[in-house]
Amino acid sequence: MSSEVDNSRRRFLTAGTMVVGAVGTVAVAIPFLKTWSPSARAKTAGAPVEANIGKLQPGQQIIVKWRGKPVWVVRRDDKALATLSQVVGELRDVDSEESKQPEYARNEHRSRKPEYLIIEGICTHLGCSPTYRPEITTDFQGGFFCPCHGSKFDFAGRVYSGVPAPTNLTVPPHYFVSDDVILIGEDGVA
Amino acid sequence: MSEKQTGTGFMGWIDARFPLTKMYEEHLSKYYAPKNFNFWYFFGSLALLVLVIQIVTGIFLTMHYKPDGEMAFASVEYIMRDVDWGWLIRYLHSTGASAFFIVVYLHMFRALIYGSYQKPRELIWIFGMFIFLALMAEGFMGYLLPWGQMSYWGAQVIISLFGAIPVVGDELTLWIRGDFVISDATLNRFFALHVIAVPLVLLMLVVMHIIALHEVGSNNPDGVEIKKNKDENGIPLDGIPFHPYYTVKDIVGTVVFLILFSVVVFFMPEMGGYFLEHANFVPANQFKTPEHIAPVWYFTPFYAILRAIPDKLMGVIAMFAAIGVLFFMPWIDRGKVRSIRYRSGAFRLLIVILVVSFIGLGYLGALPATETRTMFARLFSVGYFGFFVGLWWISKNENTRPVPERVQ
Repeated sequence: MSSEVDNSRRRFLTAGTMVVGAVGTVAVAIPFLKTWSPSARAKTAGAPVEANIGKLQPGQQIIVKWRGKPVWVVRRDDKALATLSQVVGELRDVDSEESKQPEYARNEHRSRKPEYLIIEGICTHLGCSPTYRPEITTDFQGGFFCPCHGSKFDFAGRVYSGVPAPTNLTVPPHYFVSDDVILIGEDGVA
Repeated sequence: MSEKQTGTGFMGWIDARFPLTKMYEEHLSKYYAPKNFNFWYFFGSLALLVLVIQIVTGIFLTMHYKPDGEMAFASVEYIMRDVDWGWLIRYLHSTGASAFFIVVYLHMFRALIYGSYQKPRELIWIFGMFIFLALMAEGFMGYLLPWGQMSYWGAQVIISLFGAIPVVGDELTLWIRGDFVISDATLNRFFALHVIAVPLVLLMLVVMHIIALHEVGSNNPDGVEIKKNKDENGIPLDGIPFHPYYTVKDIVGTVVFLILFSVVVFFMPEMGGYFLEHANFVPANQFKTPEHIAPVWYFTPFYAILRAIPDKLMGVIAMFAAIGVLFFMPWIDRGKVRSIRYRSGAFRLLIVILVVSFIGLGYLGALPATETRTMFARLFSVGYFGFFVGLWWISKNENTRPVPERVQ
């Protein structure tokens, strides 16, 4: 055997081993990291939920659990609906351009039917759950207030300017199965 | 192999196979530490003591705790009421968490005023900062485990911070939680990280911190390098062996610490809602955020910085920057003089600004925000970051006093 060391061959083999090793490490890391994604069971729990809104009176709010999140169903009365156009000047994203909602809820009342607001009760700032403030006062035209960092939203979940929340509250996909029943989590056939 | 063997008997047998005597000498009986350590030097060994307390009490808590969204809250109450001495173990652990941060903050402050991060101790400081980070992760994840209202909503807010990252934010928070909200999946993985992953990292970092320290030797209140003056045997003239001198000294610190620690554990384990927050005695409810949520006291300074900034992404960046900037201390400080004893009045002023700002932010971060308080939080945030900018500025051509050749 020759005592000469073929350095370029050695370098090639060293580099080759390192590359194969690195690829293998990454490949093994993927399954470990993927275990942190929502499991099949968590995703199933994210299936659409039905809510009966037949007994909801004007001004009332019910909370429905969807994907573990609170989803609010609010039946807005005429006074609440009237505020929507009055507060326009104080809002950050009036036309919901940067906010999340299905196309059919991208309007002033942010819902399919003006009377019913269906919206996720999770503040877009840091995930607290705001409280429903239906009283209309001189200080606050009513809507939702987040106790954690003071973000304010109007009766359509639109965020006010000058508060920490960056966007409007998110509207989940939903549709009316009948006049009294809504399904949250699916767009349905429009 | 046997040619190296010098000792005889049992220790000789061991030393031929494992460097026990060598390690004992290197790290204890022949590790020469400066003779002028003052009380600020208690906090390193105290941090080690608290680490041991946390590990031991933690192991015993896991024997009764259930990391399950349905059972976690009840299992903690079970430990408190039904397990023999369970209340003691739990209060030792919860008080230990706060004690850890008190001790570590004082330990870090000591390094700041005596310039212990300066060359050649940059790596000691950086390992220490990683310990601080690991400790914050440990504290944060541990706080979710009792599954109270504050556990739940505190975690919700902190995990949502990652949602501020552009593009990947939402996916990332979903991945961290393992569900669309904080849930059983989140609790279970935080438990695994809290009891296994982070403690392992923490222990490894502590070993690295100490090895790096013993490689270059300890700094001291005068900031004088004791290795510059050695006797004929190569032993620093101003050094004394760590054992027995500092082991005995540290026993005094330990006794004082344990007295104070016991007072809290036995008479005020909730510490007026600062060590254990009142809202955490209510089980987690994903539909109702408590009226006022605040992190535990050791996170409030950083939380106050987050709240002081009206923009979500900028607030998150500022909060992480407040921690990140500390890593660069060895290079922000361009001065050659270490100890505050020989540094300029400007340096002392900056230290005062830092302390006032940090305590001010910590106080405000625990309270609900009002307009006046937000204004003060902004002022203190400027003070906090101002310390680093100011230090970089003044340390280039600082008007220092002459540093003595030997420790005083």
